[in-house]
Amino acid sequence: MDKTIRTLTDAVSKVTDGATVMIGGFGGSGAPIELIHALIDNGPKNLTVINNNAGNGRIGIAAMIDAGMIAKMICSFPRSSDPRAFTDTYLAGKIELELVPQGTLAERIRAGGAGIPAFYTPTGYGTELAEGKPVAEFDGRQFVQERWLKADFAIVKAHLGDTHGNLTYRKAGRNFNPLMCMAATTTIAQVSQIVEPGDIDPEHVITPGIFVDAVVEVSNPQQEEELIRAGVAYAGGMSA
Amino acid sequence: MSGETQTLDTRDDIKLSNTQIAWRAAQDIEDGAYINLGIGFPEMVARYQPPGRQAIFHTENGILDFGEPPAAGEEDWDLINAGKKAVTVKPGAAFFHHADSFAMVRGGHLDVAILGAYQVAENGDLANWRVGSKGVPAVGGAMDLVHGAKQVFVITEHVTKDGKPKLVSKCTFPLTGVGCITRVYTSHAVIDIADGRFVLREKLAAMTIEELQAMTGAQLHVDGAVADLVVPAL
Repeated sequence: MDKTIRTLTDAVSKVTDGATVMIGGFGGSGAPIELIHALIDNGPKNLTVINNNAGNGRIGIAAMIDAGMIAKMICSFPRSSDPRAFTDTYLAGKIELELVPQGTLAERIRAGGAGIPAFYTPTGYGTELAEGKPVAEFDGRQFVQERWLKADFAIVKAHLGDTHGNLTYRKAGRNFNPLMCMAATTTIAQVSQIVEPGDIDPEHVITPGIFVDAVVEVSNPQQEEELIRAGVAYAGGMSA
Repeated sequence: MSGETQTLDTRDDIKLSNTQIAWRAAQDIEDGAYINLGIGFPEMVARYQPPGRQAIFHTENGILDFGEPPAAGEEDWDLINAGKKAVTVKPGAAFFHHADSFAMVRGGHLDVAILGAYQVAENGDLANWRVGSKGVPAVGGAMDLVHGAKQVFVITEHVTKDGKPKLVSKCTFPLTGVGCITRVYTSHAVIDIADGRFVLREKLAAMTIEELQAMTGAQLHVDGAVADLVVPAL
């Protein structure tokens, strides 16, 4: 078994128009910038993208919005230090927003990966974000029914990956990545280093390889925050 | 309250600054408490832990026991807090994914969450995520944080910049959560929320209860002693 894919472009080549794509990361931490830029080069349109945020500056998800690739964002916090890409597009009515409380977003993705179609949470009860959703009482408290989230693809960033797809993460770069690996039909992980089976201690595996379909090595991944500070705008054609 | 020998702020014509409100709230955090501080103003509470007490700070994006920001140039951008600011970790810290992080929140494992507010109602309702229907809505983890922590505190100015009460009988801004706030630390008072009522616990010594009531959009109840709200000059 070898889940290695040699190039970023090949890794995301199956993402086509109309797909639902989970993209890992919280702000720039754990964000798979190189895979996102390869996706921009491939250019699928009309995507539904699931991420905690909705892009920053003119790179990553913001550059996807600039390229007109995203029809709908599902996220908790579509703001950032430079939110113009999403804000301008949203206020122009050219992108749909499904706003989800952050913990509910995480649990919906977890549920999607775990085969649980719906669950009840106290979060959002009595607020506008729970409007139209079923409510039930448990032990005298009111809870809101939320449904699972699944995707055609998950694009994630990990630290080490072996050829079986077992993954480790780096610091708080873990965030949504392990959940998204579970919830997508096809999961593509960029890792800082591809290692042989056995090189990751089984005690240390965070995402078991069963949840991962493809591993591509990006040995010195870029940090979104550093690109933002450098004023970089993704111009395309840089991922090959 | 802390027994530190600091200069007490005895000016009688002013309200507490944000740092003083944060200081006051920090005095009620027990040693060993697991705590989440909302982005922005509530983050200040971490600076004023009383000597000898060490709380463990949780951030939604998957760290327990994070610490001070690193020196400029030493940032590791995989190591950030919920406000996307670079942080460090203390010995004994832990990383975890977002579903575990919010299990800590909703599952009742946090001792305290401290948040800012646009409005707090006497029944404990909180409005702190948007003020109208214009612009881009963003909620983050606020709606989750108000459910599950054993105590949910608000720190806030007592009134808005144009003098309108922030403590009200009913929130008019969109709600973050219903019946979720247990205590409010303001620029003028410390107020518990109990049985659908604001119960005054501390107020600035220079004010009468009537003056405080005039700045408050719902009835203030007195149930036992009302102490002076005393903070150091910060």
